[in-house]
Amino acid sequence: MNKITSLADLKRIKEQVHSKIRMRENSDNADTLVQIKVGMATCGIASGAKETMTYFIEETEHQAIDAVVTQTGCMGYCYAEPTVEVTLPGQEPVVFGFVNKAKAREIIDRYIIKGEMIDGMIPVTYKTIDE
Amino acid sequence: MKTISDHILDILQNSVRAGATLIEIMVNEDKTSDIYAVEVKDNGCGMTEEEVQKAVQPFFTTRTTRKVGLGLPLLKQNAEASGGNLVIRSVPGEGTVVRAEFGLKHIDRPAMGDIAGVFVLTAIGHPSVGFGYTHTTGTGSFRICTEELNEMLEGMPLRTPEIRKAVTELIRNNLQSVDASA
Repeated sequence: MNKITSLADLKRIKEQVHSKIRMRENSDNADTLVQIKVGMATCGIASGAKETMTYFIEETEHQAIDAVVTQTGCMGYCYAEPTVEVTLPGQEPVVFGFVNKAKAREIIDRYIIKGEMIDGMIPVTYKTIDE
Repeated sequence: MKTISDHILDILQNSVRAGATLIEIMVNEDKTSDIYAVEVKDNGCGMTEEEVQKAVQPFFTTRTTRKVGLGLPLLKQNAEASGGNLVIRSVPGEGTVVRAEFGLKHIDRPAMGDIAGVFVLTAIGHPSVGFGYTHTTGTGSFRICTEELNEMLEGMPLRTPEIRKAVTELIRNNLQSVDASA
């Protein structure tokens, strides 16, 4: 494949992708999406939140989970960074601490896919900064 | 923070939290004066003169969830360790400019790191905010912005796997072609 160096190259890729992907209906509908928010403040970044976020994006794609991965600020659990807030459709948000790749894998395989409770949940007594 | 791109990722969050709708990252490598300048400019809520003074103190934060704010102090520390400095200019209601200068060839200047990844992750993380990134070296200049990208993508989200990878690659290739320092 040729090197991608300009917007024209990007457009070419976009056309390819466009003809290939199934455009999901309601793909941005919050009722059907799993929302994953990664704490991306100083404390999170220093603990590897960037790698955690990349992993969540790649792994949810890989497993074809309808998820939207975004960033949020510090929730005050600096000791437990990287922290991740997961909201399953129609459920209350759940916050997990110390989310490295192994933990992220467990969250996807057990909490997101099977809905099981797993170790490492932080009781949610805060409001996210967006609220 | 291990790399300059980590710092940028961090400072960008400040801008987002300040309610900015347009955030510009500018990196300028000047071999003649041996300066590696990183500037983040936003149109957020801005700070008063007093807040600007306090912003680099580790025990000042606008947050209520915790009592420390280390993002800017750590950036200042790293900039100064490489013979540079940190300057913040801000006008309440108009926006803020954070400018960190590092010694380009200084042994204690952190590497740039994965700036392409930082740009793409932040743009995905905050779809409603516009981001621009300009990198200038002695060889040339490279610029990318989400406005241009979104126009070209015609509604296809940046987080689409192929697109995300292609944009990351586009940034990396262009940085290479302007001889951007590591």
